[in-house]
Amino acid sequence: MTAPATALLDVNNIEVIYNHVILVLKGVSLKVPEGGIVALLGANGAGKTTTLKAISNLLRAERGEVTKGGIEFKGERVDRLTPNDLVKRGVIQVMEGRHCFGHLTVEENLLTGAYTRGDGRQAIEADIEMVYSYFPRLKERRKSLAGYTSGGEQQMTAIGRALMSNPTTILLDEPSMGLAPQLVEEIFEIVRKLNAERKVTILLAEQNTNVALRYAHHGYILENGRVVMEGSAAALRENEDVKEFYLGLSASGRKSYREVKHYKRRKRWLA
Amino acid sequence: MGFFIEVLFGGFLAGVLYALVALGFVLIFKASGVFNFAQGAMVLFAALSLVRLMEWMPIPIALLVSVGIMIVFALVVERLVLRPLVNQEGIILFMATIGVSYFVDGFGQTIWGSEIYTLDLGLPKEPVIILESVFEGGVLVNKFDLVAAVIAGILVTVLAVFFQKTRIGRALRAVADDHQAAQSVGIPLRDIWVIVWSTSGIVALVAGIVWGSALGVQFSISLVALKALPVLILGGFTSVPGAIIGGLIIGAGEKLAEVFIGPSFGGGIENWFAYMLALLFLLVRPQGLFGERIIERV
Ligand SMILES: Nc1ncnc2c1ncn2[C@@H]1O[C@H](COP(=O)(O)OP(=O)(O)OP(=O)(O)O)[C@@H](O)[C@H]1O
Ligand SMILES: [Mg+2]
Repeated sequence: MTAPATALLDVNNIEVIYNHVILVLKGVSLKVPEGGIVALLGANGAGKTTTLKAISNLLRAERGEVTKGGIEFKGERVDRLTPNDLVKRGVIQVMEGRHCFGHLTVEENLLTGAYTRGDGRQAIEADIEMVYSYFPRLKERRKSLAGYTSGGEQQMTAIGRALMSNPTTILLDEPSMGLAPQLVEEIFEIVRKLNAERKVTILLAEQNTNVALRYAHHGYILENGRVVMEGSAAALRENEDVKEFYLGLSASGRKSYREVKHYKRRKRWLA
Repeated sequence: MGFFIEVLFGGFLAGVLYALVALGFVLIFKASGVFNFAQGAMVLFAALSLVRLMEWMPIPIALLVSVGIMIVFALVVERLVLRPLVNQEGIILFMATIGVSYFVDGFGQTIWGSEIYTLDLGLPKEPVIILESVFEGGVLVNKFDLVAAVIAGILVTVLAVFFQKTRIGRALRAVADDHQAAQSVGIPLRDIWVIVWSTSGIVALVAGIVWGSALGVQFSISLVALKALPVLILGGFTSVPGAIIGGLIIGAGEKLAEVFIGPSFGGGIENWFAYMLALLFLLVRPQGLFGERIIERV
């Protein structure tokens, strides 16, 4: 299965430079179909976060800039907008490392997610209950300062906060970071439910290739600021190179240098 | 004992003033991480605007126009100073506010004049005797001091409700906690900056009213900002209650020290007492009395 030509989110050959000199993305293209879960995979420093921030426009706050290519959402260019504009259009990022407001309670955190909404208190309160129905644990902790909750609860708060903006698309950055395997599974189950029940489109950046490919429909693998491989999640899971270098499964035991070279050659060809 | 209380109350008035100035600092520092050197200049500018406008129009209108002027000031600062310097180091922003401070001092005196103006809002000034049943002879206080305390109390209550209960107040606290995350949920930082600088400007106006009513509107008002520094060290740079209590402690402390300890030093300790107290505090409790708890989970 390949992504359909008309994507909800279309990132077209973007180049990103930090501080006017550090070239980090060297032409990344990807498409996210409406209602899909797309995984963006890759090692530390591959450029996953940078790609998500380019989309959500949080890049400028870090002195980063999209210098080439373009980003379209629902067929419209969005790369010159502010994060506020994008949230209003339904695109919101859940940042890597959760970034809850530590001195606000869990419920206040959720309410900040509704900042851009103008549809009244009742709708917002209904959505708070909706978030609690997906994350019952947050309801118990609603009055606690977010800074004192556990890592898992903070991740739930961060996702819940994003849901409060009534998004059509969530850019989810490393939800598994620092969480116990069981909790990772729990969070991904909820992400899948949100996708199925609320039709939220998800672009997911993950280092945890194994989990991500089990929940995503489609995947892109990023290395050094370039997409080196792309395919349906099922195809990527079965791909020998992915198995060996990203899933840590190798049919032949230890990797030899020659195999690595072979892989690199193949990658170049793909890129 | 009655005399002690009298001195204490006298100190509290100065304390209320220090607290109001410190409060203006805290608001801006919390929301934008900017240490606003111009706070004292803003107090002077606001008070000058009010006192001169009152020559032309009724007091309530003059008050409203002064509030409007402080909001315009906030918009100008955001557009010309904060926006171009976004993402710069704190020290660069601090230096920019020094520039703002000198500009506002000069600009204010150019358009409003540089004499000493008496500010009379019709606040009561006559002395009254209170607590007669508690102490023999009671305690002599100025009614104005009580009014000033009430005004400050109302202002702080309104601010607390604004911060705790409203959508914008929540957004301000969110920005203070993590401005990137605040941006990620769609809170526009520029609007927030205008709002905090406006709020701070209004607090400056109230401080200017209190100070100007007591001692006249004059250049020395802007120097009161220097007294806010020890208050901030005592109360913590990010704490609103800290600014209030710190202000009262410094205000009362320096008066009591002057009257009761001063004579043994030959007097004049009022001028440096606050700084010495701040220095001691830095050694013992650098985050201040109420400095934001640094949340650390174990
Ligand atoms: N603000 C910045 N200024 C300069 N360079 C940056 C900045 N942010 C990221 N980089 C660089 O860009 C590259 C890609 O970083 P990015 O955070 O996008 O990677 P990532 O794939 O998300 O990695 P991780 O899995 O560790 O989160 C890295 O080499 C990093 O050092
Ligand atoms: Mg990352």
